[in-house]
Amino acid sequence: MAQATEQQILDGLAEIIDEIVGIDKDEVTPEKNFIDDLDIDSLSMVEIAVAAQDKFGVEIPDDELRNLKTVKDVINFVQNLQA
Amino acid sequence: MSTSQTTVVVTGMGATTPLGGDLPSTWSALLAGKSGVRKLDWENVDELPVRFAATLEVDPSEVMPKQALRRLDRCQAIALIAAKEAWANAGLKPRTKKGYEEDAEGFEIADGDRLGVVVSTGIGGLHSALTSYEVEKEKGWTRVSPFTVPMLMPNGSAGHVGIEYGAMAGSHGMVSACASSAEAVGYAIDMIRNGRADVVICGGTEACIHPLQMASFGAMRAMSTRNDEPERASRPYDKNRDGFVLGEGSAVMILESEEHARARGATIHGIAAGCGYSGDAYDIVLPDPTGTGQAKAMRRALDNARLKPEDIVHVNAHATSTPAGDVAELASIKAALGPEVSSKLLVTGTKSMTGHLLGGAGALESVFTILALREGLVPPTANLEDIDDEVDLDIVHGEPRPLPDGPLAALNNSFGFGGHNVSVVFQRWVD
Repeated sequence: MAQATEQQILDGLAEIIDEIVGIDKDEVTPEKNFIDDLDIDSLSMVEIAVAAQDKFGVEIPDDELRNLKTVKDVINFVQNLQA
Repeated sequence: MSTSQTTVVVTGMGATTPLGGDLPSTWSALLAGKSGVRKLDWENVDELPVRFAATLEVDPSEVMPKQALRRLDRCQAIALIAAKEAWANAGLKPRTKKGYEEDAEGFEIADGDRLGVVVSTGIGGLHSALTSYEVEKEKGWTRVSPFTVPMLMPNGSAGHVGIEYGAMAGSHGMVSACASSAEAVGYAIDMIRNGRADVVICGGTEACIHPLQMASFGAMRAMSTRNDEPERASRPYDKNRDGFVLGEGSAVMILESEEHARARGATIHGIAAGCGYSGDAYDIVLPDPTGTGQAKAMRRALDNARLKPEDIVHVNAHATSTPAGDVAELASIKAALGPEVSSKLLVTGTKSMTGHLLGGAGALESVFTILALREGLVPPTANLEDIDDEVDLDIVHGEPRPLPDGPLAALNNSFGFGGHNVSVVFQRWVD
């Protein structure tokens, strides 16, 4: 994927989250915490991360995944790697 | 002998089977003698020795969101479907793992420490294990679902049901092949009798209709190969029976102490009177041809229930439609109950319609036994056209047959590879 805008990453991530855990796309906003706000468990986060790697063409190592707590964290991470 | 006098009653039942997506539709199809056996439409199915099975009438994808199904093996999904029906049937308040639905009607079990779960499977998450292995080979380990382990483990269904209903008295999964969920009923009775729980969600589930199973049971020469007439393949006691038919499905019951059920004004469907067990200690797959072990299980079940052979009027037999097994079981029944009682029994083999649910069979046939007593109607054995000369008991076939009034009791037999013999006794509830 070419350099994606913040909105494109957000939309892509929301799509993945809907597909994997069935959370409505409108719920997925940048400030949301995956565990506390979206109630996504750690195994589902692994699935989401793998799907995000494929979608955005970036590598998310396990060590990094632990630090990605909010939707905005993922957007920033993907943007930094794509930059 | 039972260790306590606590009467355990059945207050809820649910099922999803090859005959219907719920218990009422399954029961009416059963009384009508319908078959749940179908041709398989798999790619390369022609390479398999057996090309039919008793597949679910309603696929879980029709009643569960796809996101939930991503993390559940098929056997776990259908256990949750059957549990939901049983829970509602028992008049319990709808709930999910997040808690009771506030605006809904029904009884709320206030103390999760008094609620237990026993849900068995014989095989477990075979589809999930094999699917993940395919993914690993093709795409590498990073693409394997992180839910693979909880999906393939045979206690997964018990775990999921326990989470869904907040059951904290204990959550168990007995594994004894085709006797697994009969054993689940027995364990649930004991949990209530020995004071560990007031209410137990118990049952069984199986969903392993997969090419590997058709090949491996086929390699044992255990299955019917009547590929041109699938719906006539499962035919217990018929001269032309040639093996069992693999089925899938789940059945779940709510068992409860009589005291607890009465206190909340629950509808009681029957009494789970007791359970008997034995081990053949003979062969890993063949039943002991003398039937000694099977007869022991039946007699121990009667002792456990404090009933006498003459209380038994009906047997839902294991009857898988194998040449040796069906008639051997009849000999065991005669040995256990005596010739006089045996000659008056109404015996049926419902696997003729549902196929063999393996680890789900004991629970499903327990539900059928409870319904037969409650409704006073024994379902027929389908496809029984030419009775085997060695069959000398009264096998219900053609039409359902009525049972008399009164506090009758019935046995449900389940025997599993490994030499596991389990017999469960149910008694009609007469208020």
